[in-house]
Formats: sequence, C-alpha cells, structure tokens
Amino acid sequence: MSTLRRMCALVIPLTLEGCRTAVLSPAGPIGAANRTILLDALVIMLAIVVPTILAILAFAWWFRDSNKRARRQLTFTYSGRVELIVWSIPALVVFFLGGIAWIGSQLLDPARPIASPTKPLEIQVVSLDWKWLFIYPEQGVASMNYLVAPAGVPLHFRITSASVFNVFFVPRLGSEIYSMYGMTTQLNLQADQPGVYPGLSAQFSGDGFSDMAFDLRAVTADEFSAWAAATSASGPVLDEAGYRDLLKQSQNVKPYTYRSVETGLFDAIVMQRLPPGEGPGSTAPQEN
Amino acid sequence: MFGNLTWHAIPFDQPIPLAAGAFVVLAICGVLIWVWAKGYLPYLWREWITSVDHKHIGIMYCVLALVMLLRGFIDALMMRSQQALAFHAAGYLPPEHYDQIFSAHGTIMIFFVAMPFVIGLMNFAVPLQLGVRDVAFPTLNSVGFWLTAVGALLVNLSLVVGEFARTGWLPYPPLSELAYSPGVGVDYYLWGIEISGVGTLMTGINLVTTILKMRAPGMSYMRMPVFCWTSLASNLLIVAAFPVLTATLAMLLLDRYLGFHFFTNTAGGNAMMFMNLIWAWGHPEVYILVLPAFGVYSEVVATFSGKPLFGYRSMVIATMAICVLSFTVWLHHFFTMGAGADVNAIFGIASMLIAIPTGVKIYNWLFTMYGGRVRFSSPMLWAIGFMVTFVIGGMTGVLLAVPPADFVLHNSLFLVAHFHNVIIGGVIFGAFAGYTFWFPKAFGFSLDERLGKAAFWCWFVGFYVTFVPLYVVGLEGMTRRMQHYDRPEWHPWLLVAGLGSLIILCGIALQVAQLVISIRTRERRRDRTGDPWDGRSLEWATSSPPPEFNFAVLPTVTQEETYWSVKQSAREQMRLVTAEPHYEPIEMPRNSPVGFVTAFFAAVTGFSLIWHIWWLVVLGLVCAYITFVVFAWRDVAEFEIPAEEVARIDRANRQARAEALSGLAR
Repeated sequence: MSTLRRMCALVIPLTLEGCRTAVLSPAGPIGAANRTILLDALVIMLAIVVPTILAILAFAWWFRDSNKRARRQLTFTYSGRVELIVWSIPALVVFFLGGIAWIGSQLLDPARPIASPTKPLEIQVVSLDWKWLFIYPEQGVASMNYLVAPAGVPLHFRITSASVFNVFFVPRLGSEIYSMYGMTTQLNLQADQPGVYPGLSAQFSGDGFSDMAFDLRAVTADEFSAWAAATSASGPVLDEAGYRDLLKQSQNVKPYTYRSVETGLFDAIVMQRLPPGEGPGSTAPQEN
Repeated sequence: MFGNLTWHAIPFDQPIPLAAGAFVVLAICGVLIWVWAKGYLPYLWREWITSVDHKHIGIMYCVLALVMLLRGFIDALMMRSQQALAFHAAGYLPPEHYDQIFSAHGTIMIFFVAMPFVIGLMNFAVPLQLGVRDVAFPTLNSVGFWLTAVGALLVNLSLVVGEFARTGWLPYPPLSELAYSPGVGVDYYLWGIEISGVGTLMTGINLVTTILKMRAPGMSYMRMPVFCWTSLASNLLIVAAFPVLTATLAMLLLDRYLGFHFFTNTAGGNAMMFMNLIWAWGHPEVYILVLPAFGVYSEVVATFSGKPLFGYRSMVIATMAICVLSFTVWLHHFFTMGAGADVNAIFGIASMLIAIPTGVKIYNWLFTMYGGRVRFSSPMLWAIGFMVTFVIGGMTGVLLAVPPADFVLHNSLFLVAHFHNVIIGGVIFGAFAGYTFWFPKAFGFSLDERLGKAAFWCWFVGFYVTFVPLYVVGLEGMTRRMQHYDRPEWHPWLLVAGLGSLIILCGIALQVAQLVISIRTRERRRDRTGDPWDGRSLEWATSSPPPEFNFAVLPTVTQEETYWSVKQSAREQMRLVTAEPHYEPIEMPRNSPVGFVTAFFAAVTGFSLIWHIWWLVVLGLVCAYITFVVFAWRDVAEFEIPAEEVARIDRANRQARAEALSGLAR
C-alpha cells in the first residue's frame, strides 16, 4: 500500500506538471507563435511516424519465423510502386515542413519588431561572469540579475557579452539568443500578463553558470513607471569604474539596482572601448 | 625540467578522481602482472600489438570502444545522480568537477566509444565482405589505431594528472581561450583529439582506398554489400571533414600557445568562426558515426529476414545523398546566434532534406522484413529497437531543424535527449548489433543469446526511462549542463532519468556477464561452419575465425549476394558446388611494431606539450621521425604462406561445410 502511495506521489505531480511546461504554456505572442510552429510540425510528423512505428512492429511480428499463416515472398526485393511511395512520403512531409520553416523563420526572426500600437521598451542586456546586467537606457537605471518590464508592451532587447558566450532565454516568453563579446544581437519579446517569468542562461559559460538564473517580473505600465522612479531614487551608480568591478568573476549575485547608468556604457562595451571580463586571472592558483 | 608539471597536478585533495585514478592504475598494473605471469606477453606482442591484420586491428578498436564505454558511462551516472540530487542543493560534485565530467563524457563517448566502435566494425568486416585479404595500407592501419588509443590515453590521464577541460565536449572560445581557461584541461582535450584525429584520418584514407581499389574479381560497385557502401560514404566524410577538425583545433592551439588571435575576444579574433568551423566537421561527424551503423542494420535485417535487402539501389542512392547533404547543414547548431531569417530558413530546410533519404532507409528495412522469415536473434532485436527509436529521434531532429521551434529548444535538455536518441538508438544499438553479429566470425564462438537479449531489453527500456524525462524537462525550459537548480517542476523528471540510467547500467552489467560467460563456455559455443546466422555476404564464406589471409583464393563475384546463391545451390544439390581450387602461396604483410612505437612517442610528445616540457617535445618528435625512417628503409615487407599450408587450412573449412551440408541432409 505504501509503495502504491509513493508511486502515486511520484506520478501525480508528473502528470500535473506535464500541463504546465514552460515552452508549451507561453505568456507572450512570440512564445505562442513558437509553440504553434512546434506543435504543427510535431503533429504533421506524428501522422507519419506513428503508422511507421506500428508497421515496423506489425511486420516484424507477423513475418516471424514461426508464423505459419504469413505468406513468404523471399524474392520480393524491388517494387517501383513501393519505391515511389517511400521516396514521396518523406519528401512531401519535408516539402510541407520546409514551407513552415521558411515562413516561420521570417515571421519569428528575433530581430523583427513586434507589431503593436505601443512603443517598445528598450532594454540592453550584458552577460557577465556570471551574472546578468540589464540597462534601461530610457529610464537611465539598471538592474542586476532581475528584470522588471511592463506587461503588454513590446520589449526590444539589445544583447551583448562582457566575456564568454551566453544565451539570454526566458522560456515562457519565447525565443532565445546568444550574447557575444563585441557584437550585439537583437530580440523582441512581450509578456501579455503581469507575472513572474523565470529566465536563465542557455549556454554553458563556466563554473558559475548554473546561478545565472534571473526573474523577469512583468508588471502593469503604472507599476513599471513607479518602479523606475523608485529605482532612480536610490542605489549605486553604474559608471566605468563600477563596470570594471563587474568584470571580476562572481557567482550567485543577489539582485540589486543602479540608480543611474553612465550614458553610452552599453555601446562602449560593444565597441570594445572597455576591456573584456577578467576571467580567473593568470595569477590565480591552478585548480585541479 | 618538467615544465609546468608539479606535484600540485595530482588531485590529492579530491577523493573522487584520486580514488578512481588509483583504482584504474591498480587495475592496469594487475592486468599487466597477470599477462606477464601467465607468459602471454610475447603472444600479445606478436598477435595483437604489432599485428597489421585488419581483423585484429578491428577487434582492438572495438575493445578500446568497450573499455571507454565503461569510463564514459560512469561519467553519465555521475551526471544523472548529480542532477537528481542537486535540487535546491549543491549535490556532491562541485562545479569545477562537474564541468569536467560532462566535458569528458561527451568527448569520450563521441571520440573514443562511437568512433572506434564503428571504425573497428568497418576494419573487421569491410575487407571480408569485399573478398580481399587486407586493407590497402596494413601498417598505416596499425598506426591509426595506436594514435587513436593515445588520444584516449591522454584524455584519461587528465583524471589523475592535472584536470580535464571544463568547456563542454566542443571547446567553444572565448571560454576555451587562455583568458578564461588557463589550466591544462583544454590542452589535454586539444592534443588528445589532434593526435587521435590524425589516426582517424589515416583510417579514412585507408578504407576509402581499400573499397575503391581492392575489391574481389567481379565485385563491381553495385554488387558490394550495403555495409561497404555506407563504409565508403562514412570514410569519404572522414577524409573530407577530419582535416577541418584538425585545422580548427590547431588554430585554437595557436591562440593558446603562441598568442595568436583567431578566436580571442581581443585583437580582432572572432569566436563565431570557431562555431562555424567546428560544426563544419561536427555535423558530418554525426553521419560518419551513423552511416556504418545503417550498414550494419542493412546486413542484419536482410540476414535475419532471410531475404535480400529491399530496394538496394535506393539504399545506395540514399547513402550517398546523406553523404553529400551532411556538409550543407552545419548552421543548424546555432540558429539562435542571430543570423538572418533567410540564412536560418535555408539551413533549416537543408537539414530537413536529410530526413528524406533517411526515411527511405527506414522504409526499405521495413519492406525487407515484409514477406521474410524474421528470426528474433539478438542482432535483430537491436535492429528493430533501433528502427522504432530512431524514427522518434529523427522526428525530434526535424523539429529542431525548424528555426522558430529551435529558438525555444536550443541547448535545452530536449536537445540532449534528441542527440542521445539518435546516437544511442542509432549508433550504439548498431554497434551492439554488429558486435553480436560478427562476434562468432571474429572469435569462432557465439555470444550467449539469453543474456544478450536481456541486455538489449535493459538498454531499450533504460533508454526511454532516461531520455523521455529529459525531453519533458527540455520543454520545461531546463538547459543543459546545470550543476544545480531550484525549479521544483524539474526535479521529479530528473529523478526518473536517474533511475533510467540505472536500468542501462543493468544492461551493461549483463553485457559484461555475457562476454565472461560466453568465453568460459566457448567450447560449447564453437561455430564450426563459419556461417552461424545463415549469412548472405562473403565474410560468411570464411571459417570462424578467418585465416590470416581471409580467402585461400580470391572469390569470383558474379552477382549480388554471390555467397548466398552458391550456398543455395549447394543446399539444393546437397554437396559443395565449387570444385577445390588450385592453391598458390600467399604473400602477406609482416607484422610491424611501427604503429605502437610511433604512438608511444606521440603520447610522450602530447603529454610534454600539455605540460610545456619542451625538451621532451623535441625528443618525442625526433624519435617518432626516426621510427618512420627505420620503417621506410625496411628490406622485407612481406612473408609467404606456402601453398600446402593454404591448402590445409582451406580444406578444413571445406570439410566443415560439407559436413554441415550432410547434416542438413540427415
């Protein structure tokens, strides 16, 4: 009995969780479009894959050596009709999926702005060893390891790295993209409803990588203005000296905010006017 | 004197690698002492270490792969258990150790398990199937094997001396550059792969030449077994792709050793170039692995359905189509790097195109079973398990080839589940099918079927229990390579995946038991006929194990499946239909220690490069060169097997077959 209960305790949360997987329960238009394409492609392929698997099992079983009722055709090695079908089934599926891939790539190009009457909010993202810096150029503030953004407003991210590659990813909002030193990538996302959407780095970047998780807190437009005003009232200033401090490696950095950011800091990073992350340093003792 | 090498390189403060290292050193010493005490050393030296026989080299490749499989699988168990434990906790592996483990797992499984396994099977079976006596360059074959073994040695040495890379199995810069990875870990990776990569390239050249130039009389291209075709495609890919790998890693080495700026953050380096170059090798690599496995399945499905392969021409066209297309898809490994929509779409569609020939292959195996007499021996179980599993892996692969879907799945555990789905379900199942299928040919006795089938079921079930949960956590947004996490919805799935890896462990334990028990009871399992599975291609015309010259007289090939048709008419007439041939003396290449000695100096050179012991680098290179010169100036390259000896061996084979026929008559 207790085994049964333990099994239920394991299985029930599994089935419940199945309905709430991040990628399949998107919270914004980009994520929703990603999901639609993913499910469309999956269903199209399942229509072929399931019958194929059943046929493999059925043929193998029916033509087993001991089955007296099976009709043997030991010289059946070529049939133009079968060949035509086996080439055309995958070809047609790929033709169809190729269309989806082409159109989807255009519509969901990460750099493509989201159609919306509202002006997008600009956010600059810098991945550091091992933390995320988010700069709000219009508000003149910045935050470390957490994002606040208005719901229902398109968010336009410009993303770079201060050292190694990372990937900026908020699963419930949709598409992810790399952050790379000396380069910017662009990403457009939107959260439809207020809520907390966990984000992370999706590209291994070293020992502190696992703690590069952050929350994207979507709030109402009014709450966002209030947050920006409150943020600009207190906290440290992010200038060049402050940024150089961030270049040192650190792990599991607790979220905090900057009340102001030196103008043009993000461009200075991208244009390599500021040095890259320090790394562990050559003087550090060699670890085994 | 010893460069950067000091006592600090030995991890005295870390119990896990230290204990593991000590255990391995003790085990190796134990085996060596046992071999020496039993007096097997001269035999090993003569028959294996210096052997240039393609069969022995093929077997040694497979042994290397099986040993490395154990090492790589221990890494896998550690990763699965770490992730099962590390919910809101640190687990038992700190990041600097965990990062080495997943890097070593990937490196070992691809370069030192999957590669040697398929190369070993090709090395063993291709010359036999082509009806020839050896590969085109027998000594080069030995050099290639031993260089591969050196790569494996260096990667494993990093466990006890220094550290391994903490960058993942492909060392993406800038993380792998000196600025962010100052330790020796990346150097171990780079030199290990550079040296084994040269070995692989040699094998590729060797097998391409063998297939193109050394077929038995009458063996036209369209009469070759499909395994030879897929081997040809795979080795063409090796010849085209491995130089790219070598050059790419050489650029990274120049960055790290001589202050170049190919991929650095500063001074105009561009790390994106590394991604493009490494995947220009990396994607063909996947087909280098899976094409020979497709060949094994083609042989196995035909043999155990008692039918020729359905749609042989289609199979050949599909194989060569995959060979060509595999070079046109590398960008799908980084759709999320911000290339334009058109670029992503084109590479996405190109990737999907590969699904067409692959799908055709699945259907051709399906129709090979149609109308056949399907025997569920263990090679066939692996093949059917593969067909079911690979269809699913192919589907998730095409899903990842749709750029907007990849935008939410890239680097997630969904991706990890996908490539394990195709590599375990495709390559590893194929390698095990080939291992079971050709084992009696290689050793003269067959493996225990009951344990083999039990091992298959553990692998099959264990695979799904491990990787279906990883598909799900991937959809839940979990990315790969996390040392710990605090998301409650991931935890139960990772526990199930941990359980699955234990089921696979049972499968591996059963395979070890199968091997041990089969060896102990080998007298009962002797394959006296040379044709235990009722096979169809030429390797089954030889005795088990085949004589060192394979064929007393090179067979004359008159059609596809010549051996099968000869066997059929012999069965109808109840007698051997081929008259005893006229035996002539056979010239065979002499054994040579040049491969082993060169590889020894390659190991010395690699190790001293890693630790910056420059005088030893020079010494190692000079000695390797001297070895080559001595070999090049050898006087006698071949020896002769007298006609009487050939006749004696071949008559025994004919006698066994005649007895088998008369057994059939009774």
